[in-house]
Amino acid sequence: MELLTQQVLAGISTGAIYACMALAVVMIYQAIDHLNFAQGEMAMFSTFIAWQLIEKGVPYWLAFLITLVVSFIGGVAIERIVFKPIEHAPVLSHVVIFIALYSVINSMAGFIWDFTVKSFPSPFGSSPLFGSTLISSHQGGMVAVTLGLLLLLYLFFSYTSVGLAMRAAAANPASARLVGIRVSWMTALGWGMASAIGAIAGMLIAPVVFLEPNMMISILLYGFAGAVLGGLTSPGGAVLGGFAVGIIENLAGTYIPVIGAELKLPIALVVIVVVLVFKPAGLFGRVVVSRV
Amino acid sequence: MTKLLEVKGLTAAYGQVRVLHGLDFSLEEGGVTTLLGANGAGKTTTLRAICGMVKSGGEILFEGKNILGKSTEDVARLGVAHIPEGRGTFTRMTVEENLQLGAITRRDKQNIAKDIDKMYDHFPRLKQRRTQQAGTLSGGEQQMLSIARALMLRPRLMLLDEPSFGLAPMLVREMFDILTALNRDEKASMLIVEQNAALALGIADEAYLLETGSIVMSGPAKQIGADENVRRSYLGY
Amino acid sequence: MSASAHEETVVHHDIGESPEGENRPIARPATPAANAGAGARRIIFLALLAIALVLPMFIKNFVVFQLTQTMVYAIAIVGLNLLTGFNGQFSLGHSAFYAVGAYTAAIMMEHMGVNYVWTLPVAGVICFILGFLFGLPALRLEGVYLALATFALAAATPQILKLSPLEHWTGGVQGIVITKPDAPFGLPFNQDQWLYYFTLIVGVILYIAAKNLVTSRTGRALMAIRDNPIAARSMGVNTSLYKASAFGLSALYTGIAGALGAIIVQFVAPDSFTLTLSIGFLVGLVVGGVGWLPGALFGGAFLLFVPNIAEGVSKGLSGAVYGLLLIAIIYVMPSGLAGFIQAVVGKLRGK
Repeated sequence: MELLTQQVLAGISTGAIYACMALAVVMIYQAIDHLNFAQGEMAMFSTFIAWQLIEKGVPYWLAFLITLVVSFIGGVAIERIVFKPIEHAPVLSHVVIFIALYSVINSMAGFIWDFTVKSFPSPFGSSPLFGSTLISSHQGGMVAVTLGLLLLLYLFFSYTSVGLAMRAAAANPASARLVGIRVSWMTALGWGMASAIGAIAGMLIAPVVFLEPNMMISILLYGFAGAVLGGLTSPGGAVLGGFAVGIIENLAGTYIPVIGAELKLPIALVVIVVVLVFKPAGLFGRVVVSRV
Repeated sequence: MTKLLEVKGLTAAYGQVRVLHGLDFSLEEGGVTTLLGANGAGKTTTLRAICGMVKSGGEILFEGKNILGKSTEDVARLGVAHIPEGRGTFTRMTVEENLQLGAITRRDKQNIAKDIDKMYDHFPRLKQRRTQQAGTLSGGEQQMLSIARALMLRPRLMLLDEPSFGLAPMLVREMFDILTALNRDEKASMLIVEQNAALALGIADEAYLLETGSIVMSGPAKQIGADENVRRSYLGY
Repeated sequence: MSASAHEETVVHHDIGESPEGENRPIARPATPAANAGAGARRIIFLALLAIALVLPMFIKNFVVFQLTQTMVYAIAIVGLNLLTGFNGQFSLGHSAFYAVGAYTAAIMMEHMGVNYVWTLPVAGVICFILGFLFGLPALRLEGVYLALATFALAAATPQILKLSPLEHWTGGVQGIVITKPDAPFGLPFNQDQWLYYFTLIVGVILYIAAKNLVTSRTGRALMAIRDNPIAARSMGVNTSLYKASAFGLSALYTGIAGALGAIIVQFVAPDSFTLTLSIGFLVGLVVGGVGWLPGALFGGAFLLFVPNIAEGVSKGLSGAVYGLLLIAIIYVMPSGLAGFIQAVVGKLRGK
């Protein structure tokens, strides 16, 4: 029982990472109706920018803010330059563009900053939280920021006009145009926001997993898994899903003997897929009844 | 006074296929005009052309200014509310959100809540379902919702594409009564595309008959309704 | 009117949405050659075949090897096309089937001393069964969920191949080295040339079979399921059976490709069959043209040659160059080579 509790807690603390990423994933999904495979790389790149600023002596919070702004602009730029020209292409072509983007960003990061592992500071320090050795103050801070961000996003999407317009533009672009919404601006805005959120996720995650160009690969995947598990339309579900994935991953690694570290990822995915077979909308997704 | 909408020599094409071959028609402010014709005559295309949704040529003058080539959202922002075929409901959003979306480009935010209440007065059934997902509404309710949403724009012109489609006859009657009232009381100008000629002619002032992309007959609705050929081909008697 | 429950993120048809709204197709099926007429198509096919037959006489062995590899990838891409292009099921997991085919060939040849020719049908059958079995639970999944499930499959494959209990058969991390076969009946070809012709023969047979399938009633059923599953079901098409079978068939093609690939490369090891390979197949599929079989050759060539070109341009930025080339190709041909040819043929015919 002791071991179980320990592993669950450990799962929650790694889950905070995935929850953050999952939130960014759902965010962009709400904005553009696509899963962005390059999201992790964009987050990683933003984190490197922050790191570079801090190396040059810029204080942490200023670097944080500048990175957010730069990421936002970067996200909008990518949408305008890379995606707008092919907006009418089939979905699979878009998927390929995401793959290409991933390749470009990953390669550029490696080229500019090389592949050696770097440490990234945490604004929360790393002392044990509440005296427990399993959760540090940084991880507590991660959870807090993730939840705070979640609240902000919820308020934004539910109670502001822009949020409503963005949701409409993503869900039904044709009808959105008919009510006068400038759909392509909304898409660009969505990209900017998702990019900024990804940057926050990256800057929170880097102190734990250390900064290097390939740091986000498995995290993005766990983030996807968490988002899908929670239900792609529910930011709250995504966060919960992220935590759940962390717990599942840890428990699978501990209790299933054949699994070494390498199979943790596929096992976690399998568990999620099994859940989806029984609950196709994810645990908290809304099921839409459609009339044929 | 300038007509609200004046269309001259309108052509439209889907890819290589020409669908409209030079239409001329107009609409007075406060009037109801109907475009009649069989399936495939080009009625929907005409509405879509007005809203910049299909490649077109010619002239579309809205309040005297040419809007051909403007994007759909810009045309909407000029005050043209288009209720498309299939109603275009935001199915994942609630009824209330659909209404809010109708008004999303309006500057006078303070009046929006009042207008929503007015819509609920017009359509009590929508008020009952205000927090329900729009996709769960019946066909008739979704049609009411789409009209309400269009009205939320406080439009200068409403374009309705096949409003009777898929609705039970009693509901259709109810809806056309509402449209008549709206035109009479709120002076809402409407361009209605309909396959159900009898209904449309009952509410319209002017009528145009479309056949394979060209206007073959035009005139006051009563006159068109009385015409032998129209009666035989489109009114069934 | 019936109501059916779908979860929100599934693209579905309903009368509430306007035509361009949510129902973007997974791919726009392309039939560029349809306009050119069956006669022209046959001529092009025979011309290409003739060139292919004669080519090895004039080029270096290494290039022959590369062309053979291209054909192998093309076969795998045809397999993926049957599933994704013609049946609308998205798969990121085909590296798994490729791996199964490859290891089947390796184990049969090295551990059981079976002649290489027999490894192909065996690999095909095994992969068909595996694909079918995977396709069954996958029936419930669509779009992103299916992507995730197939992703899990692809990610798990290298790890499963490295598992210690299986090491006796799989050779663990080291993998298995395969002896390259010689040309049979004393034909005057060296090993690379013979394998080129062998692959060519197998490829042509498989291609013709695929072509016949998609133009048959079965093919139309598959496409009906892709375009409108509810309508298909209401017309009496057993969607479950077709979809699972499509998975099986797709896996069969990719498995045979894997077996051929193993023989050519003379080597199988877990890290040759990672997710990157699956993604490569997808890229090859899109670049060739989703829903257009001949595009597979172009896709296979892209998959083989472009990463090399990218590395040649800049060692340090090879990924970036590759990505930029990929973006450029999609800009020029948003629907792959298929769409490009369709556009060109359209322009040539005049307006």
